[in-house]
Amino acid sequence: MSAKEKNKNPAKTAVKEEKQIEAKLIPIYIMGKRYEVPEGLTIMKAMEYAGYILIRGCGCRGGTCGACGTVYRKPGDYKLQVALACQKTVEPDMYIAQIPFFPANRALYDFVGLTAAPEEVFKLYPELFRCVACNSCTKACPQGIEVMDAISALKQGNIAEAAQLSFDCIQCGLCTSRCFGELAQYHMFQLARRIYGARIVPRAEHLAEMVKAVNEGKYDRFLDELKQVKEDELKKLYQEREAEPMAAGEDWKPKDTRYL
Amino acid sequence: MSLAYYPGCTLKTRARNLEEPAVASMEALGFKLDEVPRWNCCGAVYSLADDDLIHRVAPVRNLIRVKKQGKTELVTLCAFCLNTLKRANLLMKEDVEKRDTLNDFMDEGIDYSGEVKVVHLLEVLRDDIGWEALLQKVKLPLRELKAAPYYGCTLLRPREVAIDDVEDPTILREFLKALGASPVDFPESTRCCGSYQVISSPDDIAEYARPILNSALSHGAEALVLTCPLCDYNLGRGQRELIKKQSGFREMPLFYFTQLLALALGLGPQVCHFELNHGSPESLLKEKNLLS
Repeated sequence: MSAKEKNKNPAKTAVKEEKQIEAKLIPIYIMGKRYEVPEGLTIMKAMEYAGYILIRGCGCRGGTCGACGTVYRKPGDYKLQVALACQKTVEPDMYIAQIPFFPANRALYDFVGLTAAPEEVFKLYPELFRCVACNSCTKACPQGIEVMDAISALKQGNIAEAAQLSFDCIQCGLCTSRCFGELAQYHMFQLARRIYGARIVPRAEHLAEMVKAVNEGKYDRFLDELKQVKEDELKKLYQEREAEPMAAGEDWKPKDTRYL
Repeated sequence: MSLAYYPGCTLKTRARNLEEPAVASMEALGFKLDEVPRWNCCGAVYSLADDDLIHRVAPVRNLIRVKKQGKTELVTLCAFCLNTLKRANLLMKEDVEKRDTLNDFMDEGIDYSGEVKVVHLLEVLRDDIGWEALLQKVKLPLRELKAAPYYGCTLLRPREVAIDDVEDPTILREFLKALGASPVDFPESTRCCGSYQVISSPDDIAEYARPILNSALSHGAEALVLTCPLCDYNLGRGQRELIKKQSGFREMPLFYFTQLLALALGLGPQVCHFELNHGSPESLLKEKNLLS
């Protein structure tokens, strides 16, 4: 920008000359090697700041996929802590390692033939009974799941409880990495949740009825009508659409009952 | 009155006919069996290796749960669980070094040194209710049913956890008398049923059962009264094998003591789940007019 233009537009110049704010750098140890990284970064971003290009142990970056299971320690403390690298922000002198994968046993099964009998789970994962209730799995879970309790429920044949207790599981595998009995807790829980969803939870009958009605062509006529409507009219229809109010009672009905 | 209660895994899966009549009977006697929250498997067998601390963690953790509830007594129904929990409890009471190591490892927030007393349901019936009081509550006396009490091992061995005299136990005899049955004493009532040996040597199951069942039968028993699901499994399977192997062998019903308790208290057969028993108990009960 020329000097003339700079004088005409002080705002633009002000933006260009903004100061760089230096973030405070703190030391962390990635696989034993010391790096200085900006405070406030997540472990994952700190590793990338340090120069690592993550092609494993990195996924959704949103705390849901379970790829970035991380174990760390703080100085002077023997206790191991766990976290998800994409969620946990770095702390000074954190001593970090990632466990992006663990070769846990995953039973092969044809889910179609499986029933909700606990014996089926026991047959697929006999190592379930190697659990010594040491609680190491619970301590290793970054999601705060009571892993030992869920395994205990599974041992007692309570698939529903195991499914409910393990709801937040993101299959990071940290539990298995610490298990004395070499159980693959997260694989067992996934089986429990599948059985729970497919065989134990009651079916939504109204959904089946609706699907049937759609397949029988009940709504074909309305869809065809809508397809003929011009854009402006469509916009008007949308803006004037009737929505069920938040506090609607059981017997609320829309004014236009053609679709019911 | 509420009692901290530890069911154990087997009672929730195979031995529902041991647990359900027990819970119903205790309620009829004024006691609620309150399952310890978040109980885990006790490990079933108390590890015989001396320095095997990891296998003590499971039973001790259950005891800590009871202590956290503020309760001082834990009632168990499964004989194996009693054995494991009681021996782990003794360890925590007596071995300071191992106790400290276990407390350090477990991170449960509180330390444990054997503050909870582990008892079997039979002890509650004998010591907290008493045979006299039980007799008063019986609505359907068992019509002198010739029931042979079979103790097995885990309620009586090792001596330091025995709930009765090791050589000459009488607790089941007193129990059955209070219910109106006619207890049949026989010399093999504390002989081992084979325990887990039958898993590695399944062909021997009949040989473990043979002396026990033959002795009971020859002393006039109409039925056997059991306290342990493993004994039930071994003797039940053993009977079926003996029918094939020993000419003239007569199968007899195997009852859990809790089923006879529920029946005598007038709670009816439904809560007893006799369909899960070995040796067709219904025909004997019908014959004795005990199924009403």
